[in-house]
Amino acid sequence: MSSVLTIKDLTEEEFTLPGNAACPGCAAALSLRIALKVLGPKTIMIVPASCISVIQGYYPKTPCRVPVLNVAFASTAAAGSGAVAALELKGKSGVKVLCWAGDGGTADIGLQALSGAAERNENMIYVCYDNEAYMNTGTQRSGATPRAAFTTTTVTGKLERKKSVPEIMIAHRIPYVATACAAFPLDFASKLKRAESMPVRGLKYIHLLSPCPPGWRFPAEKTVEVGKLAVMTGMWILYEWYDGGYNLTGPSKALLEKSRRRPLKDYLSIQGRFGHLKEEDLESLQRDVDEHWEEFSKKLGIRA
Amino acid sequence: MKSILSKPSEGASGLTGMWRIKRPIMDTDKCNMCMLCWLYCPEGTITKRAGGKPRIVYEYCKGCGICAEVCPSKAIIMLRREKGAVDR
Repeated sequence: MSSVLTIKDLTEEEFTLPGNAACPGCAAALSLRIALKVLGPKTIMIVPASCISVIQGYYPKTPCRVPVLNVAFASTAAAGSGAVAALELKGKSGVKVLCWAGDGGTADIGLQALSGAAERNENMIYVCYDNEAYMNTGTQRSGATPRAAFTTTTVTGKLERKKSVPEIMIAHRIPYVATACAAFPLDFASKLKRAESMPVRGLKYIHLLSPCPPGWRFPAEKTVEVGKLAVMTGMWILYEWYDGGYNLTGPSKALLEKSRRRPLKDYLSIQGRFGHLKEEDLESLQRDVDEHWEEFSKKLGIRA
Repeated sequence: MKSILSKPSEGASGLTGMWRIKRPIMDTDKCNMCMLCWLYCPEGTITKRAGGKPRIVYEYCKGCGICAEVCPSKAIIMLRREKGAVDR
């Protein structure tokens, strides 16, 4: 399972139409656009309270060319389970259910519904687009906000660590778990394609890092650069987990050795949310990244 | 029963090109048709012309500047609009 999509594999047809309410440079809007190109029009989207529900706009127009079910914050995966059951009862095959929630709707408020759906192994795709805070309400910290990051509720920097939802999902032993980054859309598209075309029924989970210009405090044109640096510094690891084993993907494959990774400072210094950090804070965060890789490298090649 | 579903439409949030403070200008002679600008445009405001070269739809382009950043042949520059002028 290593087929990687190229730019020519993506359809020119757009399923999120221009003129929507996303901020300029929004990585979540970019990723949703790519995702629907991969999954196509026979998709039902389940969206909780999130930036995406804002991007959808208000009655009577919507930029989304696929049906969208807007649900309460906590219930994305529960509503997705319902949609899957309804499709099965009606005998409709070939229609995909895509749950698309933010980090607040996944790591915090929607976690129990997601865990329930994973335990029942519902046949759907769940994408968490992780912009590392509650961006749509004004950048409040979430369980997925990284340590030391400024948010409007952690004005001196968050004290706690980022919660790893992909690891929680792996613990549920669902068929497919992957991480992705909006700055590598073809890597993300390939993972979605793989999740979609897996013959085995069950929940497929993709955790997508989605840089946010207003929330992370960087200029809109730097979205792709920030996302790439998150991966190249090793702060964010691109991997897949299936059949009980981990695989590194994309640029992360080459980053096992510490010397190959860019210094974490490169990633932190271009974002205003880390602007308050002192030299010793940077060193401490760099140690976190190195330890995370050391821990992660032990899991590679181990097939349970 | 009368349907109250929203219908898909361009410009669901209006002519978002009005938000723009910098306008992307493409030099099609420099363009090598890699289509990275098309791939990375969050808005989907870059389309393909008949000859295969990209075209920017200015009605909705929010001027984020990602296309200029990702262009390997530097074919796109971002031009700041003059003070008080409306860029349409």
